[in-house]
Amino acid sequence: MTRQAVVNFHQRSGKCNADTITMAHGSGGKAMRDLIDDVFVRAFDNDELNKLEDQARFDLNTLTALGDRLAMTTDSYVVDPLFFPGGDIGKLAVTGTVNDLAVGGAKPLYITCAMIIEEGMSVADLRTIAASMRQTADLAGVKIVTGDTKVVPRGAADKLFINTAGVGVIPAGINISTDRAQTGDVIVINGTIGDHGAAIVDARGDMALQNTIETDCQPLNSLITAMLKVCPDIHCMRDATRGGIATVLNEFAQSSNVCIRLKETAIPMRDEVRGMCEILGLDPLYLANEGKIVAIIPAQAVDKVIEVMRAHPDGRHSAIIAEVTEQPAARVILSTLFGGERVVDMLVGEQLPRIC
Amino acid sequence: MKYVDEFRDPEKARMLVDEINTITEQLEITQQRPLQLMEFCGGHTHTIFRYGIEQMLPKSIELIHGPGCPICVLPMGRVDDCVTLAERPNVIFTTFGDAMRVPGSKKSLLQAKADGADIRMVYSPLDALDLARKHPGKEVIFFALGFETTMPSTALTVLQAEQDNIKNFSLFCNHITTVPTIKAILDSPDMKIDGFLAPGHVSMVVGARPFDFVAETYEKPIVVTGFEPLDILQSIWMLVKQLNDKRHDVENQYARIVPENGNEPAMDALTKVFELREFFEWRGLGSIDHSGVKMRDAYAAYDAERKFTVPNLKIADPKSCQCGEVLKGVIRPWECKVFGTQCSPETPMGALMVSTEGACAAYYNFGNLDELLQKRETVNA
Repeated sequence: MTRQAVVNFHQRSGKCNADTITMAHGSGGKAMRDLIDDVFVRAFDNDELNKLEDQARFDLNTLTALGDRLAMTTDSYVVDPLFFPGGDIGKLAVTGTVNDLAVGGAKPLYITCAMIIEEGMSVADLRTIAASMRQTADLAGVKIVTGDTKVVPRGAADKLFINTAGVGVIPAGINISTDRAQTGDVIVINGTIGDHGAAIVDARGDMALQNTIETDCQPLNSLITAMLKVCPDIHCMRDATRGGIATVLNEFAQSSNVCIRLKETAIPMRDEVRGMCEILGLDPLYLANEGKIVAIIPAQAVDKVIEVMRAHPDGRHSAIIAEVTEQPAARVILSTLFGGERVVDMLVGEQLPRIC
Repeated sequence: MKYVDEFRDPEKARMLVDEINTITEQLEITQQRPLQLMEFCGGHTHTIFRYGIEQMLPKSIELIHGPGCPICVLPMGRVDDCVTLAERPNVIFTTFGDAMRVPGSKKSLLQAKADGADIRMVYSPLDALDLARKHPGKEVIFFALGFETTMPSTALTVLQAEQDNIKNFSLFCNHITTVPTIKAILDSPDMKIDGFLAPGHVSMVVGARPFDFVAETYEKPIVVTGFEPLDILQSIWMLVKQLNDKRHDVENQYARIVPENGNEPAMDALTKVFELREFFEWRGLGSIDHSGVKMRDAYAAYDAERKFTVPNLKIADPKSCQCGEVLKGVIRPWECKVFGTQCSPETPMGALMVSTEGACAAYYNFGNLDELLQKRETVNA
């Protein structure tokens, strides 16, 4: 072998041949480098990441051309099981962070990926998850530009936890905030509620239900862009993740000190999800979603907004579900399908653990 | 959704409410005071709040939310016993999820789990038996609780364990009975209740006949009631009609589920495994004769109370708690001194704040809290 061949061989991109993760993969040595190269860098593959610096670097001029404010967010993902109908923890980790940026009106650009892996985790599963992160990032038009890998002893974590942080740019003139809901505003949602929570319950299999519910986990930045195009003055917007739409609506009502009047018959819901809630005694208003936004918009813009939402693949079942009134302030009131009324409060305790 | 929406039809609800209004106006009682109707069962309480039924009824009808939530009436000492059992080495303690948060004198099962006890949520006692099969080296204890509704499934699980010769499985039996408790409420001197909605799923097992004494001895109308909102409205209509006709009968609104004489195979299994205790302690109500069951001697090997030692201490409810008065309809949940302040679903002091079927938790979650607290100030002033 020539000297150059030896150098090339030594500097070749690492290859991870192990079947399972051991403590060596987190030691900072060769095994870790091989894992990062072979599993993560190979999957995420972009110019910023491939430089393998300790930080990703962005050109400020490119960012300022897109808007006048930076948006930043972070979220950790501990869902159990790692794979569930319609998604996995990787898809969730990218989607959640992209959506947290997008609901503030930001164009999501870059995200980070920190993995905390339990000793004994399957490398094949890690590859699948990394591939799913890349696929979701491509779909959302973002890049995974820096990351971190830690391995902890068996029992110190459950298989895999992922943290992602994201950076995006908010265009000038967009001002979405939880305290902007006004009397007369209208509240829209982009489809059926509770799909993610129900899919996770189903995937855990401990309820012994036979079902076909898939998670709604999807990046929403494209839909939100379309909505902002016809209505730049969206007052409030959040993705209704843990705690469901009930929690988001309560946050709006409290921050804006208004009453939100929700109509039970107007809320889109799959029959399967409704059936599961009936059997298990869950309230779908509190069930988690991973691809649903709740937005408060001025009444005069509602027709246009609903029209573009329904025309978008991620908003086909969009509906107007509530309106903003003055009294009783800081409350969410539900008109039940039975003709009665009740208060919908913040959830106390938890309905289901570890859903995202 | 088929077989569900039919029982939630707003049009039929309006018709029933109109009828109830008309009859209630003609009643002699409502000329002097509001009519008090008690739904015994926590499942009914949940439906009433979930669909906003109270607000649909005329002001002259007050619904009193009874003690029919087995989680709510579990005394603190029994929760302590659970924690002691769960913290034994080599034990897997299994329970229905909603029992996890009930406060004991020192901690709840949820806190015991956080402290390291192996406590697992199951959805059926058979799941617990499966765990015993899978972990032959462990003792699996199932926290059995509930009225006659859940008793048959527990009894069948014990019979199954016996048949399969599974020795590492036992029950911590906290099953309670309906009839002695309704009787205790009827015997209490401050009782003003005019009629009862009888528990539908208990009746599915025991039938409607055990409630005859309510009509015959105490001369109060009682209607076995289903759990959909229209079931509840129809039963209220049946009650006010009885009152208007000056009748006091046992009627069965839930005939699509409840046979007159109950479910005989279920009753057979239940009586084979269980027998009445002399008395059982209820949170908020105190000791009630014959209101609980224990395992018969033949099944002592499956009785956690005999297999292991439990402290079995009686722990008094916190003094400021007024659960007992709420349960008997003497005060409304929001009139309790600690409602919504020291006692909330996050940090429940009283039993009725614990489960979503508890009257106080229902008001807290589904009612307008600020308005209720204001009302309390007016009442106490």
